[in-house]
Amino acid sequence: MSGETRTIRVTINGRDYERTIAPNLLLSDFIRHEAELTGTHVGCEHGVCGACTILHDGRPARSCLMLAVQANGARLETIESLANGEALHPLQTAFWEKHGLQCGYCTPGILMTMKAFLAETPKPSEAQIREALSGNLCRCTGYQQIVEAVRHAAALLRGEAS
Amino acid sequence: MKPPPFAYRDPATLGEALALLAANVDARPLAGGQSLVPMLNFRLVHPPMIVDLNRIGALAGIVIGADAATIGAMTRQRDAERDMDLARAWPLIIEALRHVGHIQTRSRGTIGGSLAHNDPAAELPAVMLALDATMSVQSARGGRKIASADFFVSTLTTALDPGELLVSIDLPRPPRDAGFGFAELARRHGDFALAAAAVVVSRAGGGHARIALTGMGDGPRRALEAEAALVEGGFSDAAIAVAVAAASAAVKPIDDLHAPAWYRKKVAGVMAARACRDAIARMAS
Ligand code: FES
Ligand code: FES
Repeated sequence: MSGETRTIRVTINGRDYERTIAPNLLLSDFIRHEAELTGTHVGCEHGVCGACTILHDGRPARSCLMLAVQANGARLETIESLANGEALHPLQTAFWEKHGLQCGYCTPGILMTMKAFLAETPKPSEAQIREALSGNLCRCTGYQQIVEAVRHAAALLRGEAS
Repeated sequence: MKPPPFAYRDPATLGEALALLAANVDARPLAGGQSLVPMLNFRLVHPPMIVDLNRIGALAGIVIGADAATIGAMTRQRDAERDMDLARAWPLIIEALRHVGHIQTRSRGTIGGSLAHNDPAAELPAVMLALDATMSVQSARGGRKIASADFFVSTLTTALDPGELLVSIDLPRPPRDAGFGFAELARRHGDFALAAAAVVVSRAGGGHARIALTGMGDGPRRALEAEAALVEGGFSDAAIAVAVAAASAAVKPIDDLHAPAWYRKKVAGVMAARACRDAIARMAS
């Protein structure tokens, strides 16, 4: 088969990664194996579960549905960008306080999706929250507490206690 | 669950892309990747070459004129969804887009990609039928226009010839009084439709109705008898009842793992009824 490779440069969480890769490498594998940022999880690898969601030039995207070569020159944000050292991001605090996770497998994708959602929709209704979460599967929590955690996170981000 | 190896090309111009597709008959064009990449990951397809269209800026964008809008095939679904001018004259597109996958897939997924893929349960092909859209396609040999009624052939099959690309979609401006309706039933928000209906109605020029259904058998279809019944009955409640019965009778769904055929047939009628009622209520009197 084609033994082609390409050299790409991607900015992830403010740091540049330059790697020479095969064109069939998925972006999710680039993030996990080449950049060694394993916080981005891979659940299904066919665009169903949302665990691999990252921000691609600020927009939520499923990293298992992009080729790494397509991210050449892009600015990515992954779950590792949320906390500031030991200080949790309000989304993380809210998920902790409201028990928005159990095993945590789905959580990185949910938090990155919600980061973009709450930036656009600072005061979401419950229906909007549920619609925004529809692309992320969680097999543990039953979603009740996730919805609650997102509502709480929105309040924290607005500077209110909820 | 990893893509097979392929040669990768990401041309910056449409001309280069068409030349690559002409020279490599088995090459696959890559738009937003929300259908093709899963198929690659499952190894359902093994193209020797991928021609990535994402660097061709000229293929993206929405131009709204006095009589029509032109949507570039590589326009992201999310960008179309947020286009206020498009929303004003063609609210049906915006309403349907909210059912197309999820925010994460609409960030990447394109209008043209969904149409050229033509999943038999996809929303956008039905919307294009309801809006009388025309597809502009191009190959290295030249371009042509294809009416949406001729474009969607059957499951995952369109009128595109090998080497041809969908470049833009032309939408005629609907009559001023037009009302739109869209109704869908899916297992979970964002899934493909078990059944969905897209409806456009207007009293202009003696009356106009479009009822397009998706989730049925081999793809989106207009329910022609139902449309005629709606117009002839003057959009009355009785006319809706006749139209819905005709729409439900016309569809030929199949049994699959998501739902049996009889259920889809029934739900197709319910979705048609809801979309017709919404469209008629929204029609300016
Ligand atoms: S791993 Fe990407 S959507 Fe499931
Ligand atoms: S917390 Fe386990 S899958 Fe969501």
